[in-house]
Amino acid sequence: MPVMDKLKAISGSIAIVGVAESDNIGRVPDKGPMELHAEAGRNALADAGIDKSEVDGVFTAGYSTYDIAEYMGITPHFTDSTSVGGSSFVIHIAHAMAAIAAGYCEVALITHGESGRSNRARAAGNPGLAGAQYEAPYGIMGAPIGYSLAANRYMHQYGEDRTREAMANIAVSTRKWANMNEKAYFYDTPMTFDEYHDSRWVSWPFHLPDCCLVTDAGAAIVITSAERAKSTKKGGVNVLGVAEGHDHSVLHQMPDLTRTWGRHTGPQALEMAGLTHDDLDLAMIYDSFTYTVIATLESLGFCGPGEGPDFVANQRTAPGGDFPLNTNGGGLSYTHPGMYGIFTVVEAVRQLRGETGQRQLDTCKLAMAHGTGGTLSSTGTVILARD
Amino acid sequence: MADGYNKPIPIPQPESDNYWEGAKTGELRLRKCDDCNQAYFYPRNICPDCGNNNTSWIVASGNAKIHTFAIVHRPPHPGFMDDIPYVPAIVELEEGPRMATQIVNVEADPSKISIDMAVKVVFESITDEISLPKFEPA
Repeated sequence: MPVMDKLKAISGSIAIVGVAESDNIGRVPDKGPMELHAEAGRNALADAGIDKSEVDGVFTAGYSTYDIAEYMGITPHFTDSTSVGGSSFVIHIAHAMAAIAAGYCEVALITHGESGRSNRARAAGNPGLAGAQYEAPYGIMGAPIGYSLAANRYMHQYGEDRTREAMANIAVSTRKWANMNEKAYFYDTPMTFDEYHDSRWVSWPFHLPDCCLVTDAGAAIVITSAERAKSTKKGGVNVLGVAEGHDHSVLHQMPDLTRTWGRHTGPQALEMAGLTHDDLDLAMIYDSFTYTVIATLESLGFCGPGEGPDFVANQRTAPGGDFPLNTNGGGLSYTHPGMYGIFTVVEAVRQLRGETGQRQLDTCKLAMAHGTGGTLSSTGTVILARD
Repeated sequence: MADGYNKPIPIPQPESDNYWEGAKTGELRLRKCDDCNQAYFYPRNICPDCGNNNTSWIVASGNAKIHTFAIVHRPPHPGFMDDIPYVPAIVELEEGPRMATQIVNVEADPSKISIDMAVKVVFESITDEISLPKFEPA
């Protein structure tokens, strides 16, 4: 089990000093995923005012770090390709904290890039894995089907109508945030509740707007010690709490389809930070699907099991509501190239720095960014703070 | 092989050969830990609960209840284009473990299928080597 005394000793020891997307996100057919990594990495280093030659720790998922580092011309002394789906890049922050605290490296670069929409190559699955033998032959492939199976179990336990209303609330409130973010895929496309309810089915109980986008995009994060962060271009956003883990890979092995590993990572990250849920000004929660948000809010401890629909009722998570959630427009309406987790951190850092224009929160000093990966399989949580 | 079968086909592995051989003969075979006295899915030689390999094979009754299901309208793979809408599911076997499957011989309509509904195994032969255990209303 995590040793809280040791974790608290390194709380706040590192800071995020640079964040960026690739030059373009959305439909980017003229660039491959490696280039999206490299662009985002270059942009995040520029945001930090740190030269590429100073990067001595590299982190990525989807590729091996040696592929990305070679492409970018980086020769690191610390390397971490932990790849557990879309939460990986949030988990990399925890690993960067450990590596910097232990002296392995001083400047950590986390990169992401995927051509989810335009990719020309499809990776072949490993036939020895459980998913290939025991799920894919039944047409249980890809995220919408797995997550819809989990969502129906939730509806059964906690009520179909109120769950449906909660999913609609998330879809509509997230779209409203996207309408305030010019980088969002659906920036110019509002959505009403009627449009949500009238939309076509993808995998019942999911309508199309219950499902995240499929886009091309990259993002990157630069991290260094909190001490060194003070002398960087924009200063640092301190990392106060981190947590990670997983409790299954394939969906049918998930112990409880309504509870994610966030039930551990939320409380751990907050305890490490010395904070409670009520202290947070912003929650950036990976929204692969509307249901993911409901199950995750409950698992993280913002509310109890089955209370998510009441928690998000009446557009409480929309602009102007008292629980700002996914202010970039989320995976549902901003961008989602496949493993979206890193973008939760990019937006949290920008909100904490006060850089988000018309969607900027009046008060944003403490934020949670939370990634989910696989089929509700892995989670990573970080607590971020601006002095 | 059924004509034009172009869905993903399981490739048996050393620890699952017996499972797929059983399915071919109409048996749903499960691993059971003789230390825990508990059946588990999917087949692996080492018990995922206690970590011992004092494990054996049993034949499941084939009786189960639906733990959850969905109704797929947008196929995830070209092989399922002619099947939509179809009903992927997780069922809870009488012996305890849950497994992924499809519910067949039922209308793909959420008002016609319910969680906790009793189902029983049926086997669909898809190649000379592989039969898939699916479930239909009991």
